Amino acid sequence: MTAATDLRSQQAYVAAQAADARVNVELDTGDMTLNIGPQHPATHGTLRIACQLDGEQVISAEPLMGYMHRGYEKLCEVRTFPQCTTLINRIDWLGSFANEVPFILAAEQLMGIEAPPRAQWIRTILFELSRIANVSLFLGDMGVQVGALTPVFFAFRDRERVLNQIEAVTGGRFHPNFDRIGGLKDDLPRGWIDETHAVMAKMRGFCDEMEDLLMGNEIFQTRCRSVGVIPGEVALDFGLSGANLRASGVDWDLRRDANPGLAWDEVDWRVWTHPDGDSFARYWVRLQETREATKIVDQLLDSIPAGPIMAKVPRIIKVPAGEAYVSTENPLGEMGYYVVSKGGLEPFRVKIRTPSFSNISVVPWVMRGTYVPDIITILGSLYFILGDIDR
Amino acid sequence: MSGAAELAGLLGLAYWAETSIKLGVALIVIPTAALLLGYLFLLKMMAFMQSRLGPQDVGPYGTLQLIADAVKFLQKEDIHPATADRRVFRAAPVVVLASSFLLFVVLPTGPDAVVENLDTGIFYAMAVSSLSVLGVLMAGWASANKYALLGGLRAAGQLIAYELPLILAVMGVVIQADSLNLQEIVRAQAEGEIFGFGLIGNPFILTQFIGFLIFMISAQAELTQTPFDMPVAETELVGGFHVEYTGFRFLLFFMAEVATAFAFSALATVMFLGGWWIPGFDFDAPALNVLGPVVMLIKILVVAFIIFWIRFTYPRLREDQLQKFAWKVLIPLSLANIVVTGIFKVVV
Amino acid sequence: MPQLPGLLKGLGVTARTAARTLFPKRGLRTLIPAPQQGSVTVQYPHEKEAPPDRARGVIALHEENCTACMLCSRSCPDWCIYIEGHKVKAPPRRAGGAVRSVNVVDRFDIDYALCMYCGICVEVCPFDALFWSPEYEYSEPHIADLLHDRIRLSEWMETVPAFEDYEPGSEQKVRKVPDFGPDDFLPERKLADDDAVLAPAADAATSADG
Ligand code: SF4
Ligand code: SF4
Repeated sequence: MTAATDLRSQQAYVAAQAADARVNVELDTGDMTLNIGPQHPATHGTLRIACQLDGEQVISAEPLMGYMHRGYEKLCEVRTFPQCTTLINRIDWLGSFANEVPFILAAEQLMGIEAPPRAQWIRTILFELSRIANVSLFLGDMGVQVGALTPVFFAFRDRERVLNQIEAVTGGRFHPNFDRIGGLKDDLPRGWIDETHAVMAKMRGFCDEMEDLLMGNEIFQTRCRSVGVIPGEVALDFGLSGANLRASGVDWDLRRDANPGLAWDEVDWRVWTHPDGDSFARYWVRLQETREATKIVDQLLDSIPAGPIMAKVPRIIKVPAGEAYVSTENPLGEMGYYVVSKGGLEPFRVKIRTPSFSNISVVPWVMRGTYVPDIITILGSLYFILGDIDR
Repeated sequence: MSGAAELAGLLGLAYWAETSIKLGVALIVIPTAALLLGYLFLLKMMAFMQSRLGPQDVGPYGTLQLIADAVKFLQKEDIHPATADRRVFRAAPVVVLASSFLLFVVLPTGPDAVVENLDTGIFYAMAVSSLSVLGVLMAGWASANKYALLGGLRAAGQLIAYELPLILAVMGVVIQADSLNLQEIVRAQAEGEIFGFGLIGNPFILTQFIGFLIFMISAQAELTQTPFDMPVAETELVGGFHVEYTGFRFLLFFMAEVATAFAFSALATVMFLGGWWIPGFDFDAPALNVLGPVVMLIKILVVAFIIFWIRFTYPRLREDQLQKFAWKVLIPLSLANIVVTGIFKVVV
Repeated sequence: MPQLPGLLKGLGVTARTAARTLFPKRGLRTLIPAPQQGSVTVQYPHEKEAPPDRARGVIALHEENCTACMLCSRSCPDWCIYIEGHKVKAPPRRAGGAVRSVNVVDRFDIDYALCMYCGICVEVCPFDALFWSPEYEYSEPHIADLLHDRIRLSEWMETVPAFEDYEPGSEQKVRKVPDFGPDDFLPERKLADDDAVLAPAADAATSADG
């Protein structure tokens, strides 16, 4: 190729580029900033997403949190250990019993106590019940996010049965405050096991209904498939956990991998993963997990060992100096408590690792280039609880 | 048309008297229709589908709930956003409501029971129904709200995509009936025969089933009902174009939505389900002026049931998916329908 | 077997639910619509839900048992129990014994506007003076009225259910709600009979009353 043709092609290229640039300038439409939240039906709480939009396409999205910060880490420092659980209940308010467990386990670890087996069993049962109560609401709520009215009513209807069971044992629908250092506050009331078996059967029916009504629906699938795809490595980089991570194909479940002293080892269950990493996969994994949780509860209910529910614990609880980090696989993902004690009545420092906080951090990455309706689908499928983000 | 004129002549009514009677009837029928649909489907059926009871306290079985709601809306403050274009903002709900009122003008409910029997009835109905989108666009633009704007623009995009299959679906019926006149369409169905069997006439749903499907899908989009309710989209756009409306103006939007649903069910009934004609009667039998509306109402309720049933069950599509569906599936399908209908018309 | 499209299945689910809600009855009576039974709605002011016995609705105070030891007040996470008491001399337990000094409660208020219903107070009370009652209808138009004084708290004792049995395999002992006669908790009587209640055979006297 001669130098002349070379030059000519180069000039042509430059000219084309310049023309392109001109066209692009002419077609350039200004971006629009859209604030989704803090009060918006899709943020179920007060999360704010500041979006730059080009038409309906998202250029950037940034989650802004803190509207609901209640300072629980600090408040825990001026509460005695038994008082802390009442605050901790309110972090992820849909699965509150599951919140108490890692904190209590951390405190028990510091004190060198272990709860008796019966207490461990009941703890695991209640833990899974709060998972069902929590995730079943997601299963319905996801319908509302993509515009279906009915599923959420089914979810509230059937979740109520689970909450009733939790209330029958703990006395509180939402804030059980039932876990104690060294065991549990009370034992199961008579007849509860049979009722819970019945409720679990109902919940399996609910899962089937959701599969027919929502997950199998072609419109739902078009809305969710390959929307908000998070590959496994990205999910790990952003610290995602729980069903969000498993939906990205990462086989990771603390209940199986790092069982911190609850009864999951004793029953037969499996971890579900989905290779796709899109919104549909997240829904699918959660649906399977709800089914799996009902099976875990059923098996545990049949094998509760007899015995006391409280280990020997001094009346005034002083936790020896030291530090411990315990995390469990909560309904939303890995929830961990890093507890430092100086040997007093109160913890010196409590650091709470909440799953939603990490899960929501992937939003800017995953939202780029999606459409406004997809924002809602993705937010819905990431499934966060505001109390769990802001604490 | 001639029937109505003869009847008026018989009763010795002047043109203005006849018109005002018809207008009065229409003005009663439209709100009643909205209330009936709203109560039966929006309140009660939705509740039952969700294991709920629905309203119970206002009136027997909560029948007066919507009236109570309307009264409540009337008491609310009429808020205008500070930066809104006030005149357009105020006019928008009226435009929307007017478009659904105008739809009722051509709906025949009996041989003579029709406000105005236009020769181009169906053409008129299609034209008037798309007016509502103008109101929606006005509302979205004038609200000076980003959510409302997005909603309004979505509505406009939806109009272009869905008006086309709607009209094309109707074309099949028009070809078969040889007329744009709604009465003539009913007559064609009443006097038609299915392979020589003429007892129940020939409701066009049998021959135009594809047309019926396309019409219902497009109507769903036209009415902004789920799965095509993107202009409203509570969870994304927080109500879309009517996000800034309060009180009475919101009520107008609501009434227009339900009344248009009623009108479209009526259109579907007239075009596909045989309209007001009852098998066994003569087409012009005067008794049909009384019985016709009843039959119409029952058929309309059935069609409306389907519309709302779908609304309560399905999630909503995304705007681009909707456009794809409209241009790649519905429009080719309706064109094919017209071609096939035309061929049959010529051959048979 | 070919799969039914999800769109139709969904319609089936809603239609089935509607049918079940509208016609919950079985057999011949299937055709009688009875949405009241079929739906899950509880028409609240007309009908009420019965919470389980353990439900933490409201705290009841059994005043005879309270010694104003302040344990509950101190362990409340948001310090919403206000107690004042004073000491009185009581006759000795046995004839010829020393005169005892006993704490009497003057003020026992719980501010339900602050209470988190955690149950710690009930749990720490060493003298069985606090109990949970599942009662929940005590909302007030004014927030100040949510402060229940000892009279109001004592009145709740009436609604405290008996403790439930446990599931088999439990080693917990079923506790007993202390007996209270119809006017035991009425403060007038309590003040008038201070000595009688604090007399040696206090327990016997209370149960005889009940
Ligand atoms: S239940 Fe209420 S009064 Fe009792 S300790 Fe908890 S917050 Fe305080
Ligand atoms: S209620 Fe119980 S803990 Fe509270 S002051 Fe009385 S005796 Fe002490």
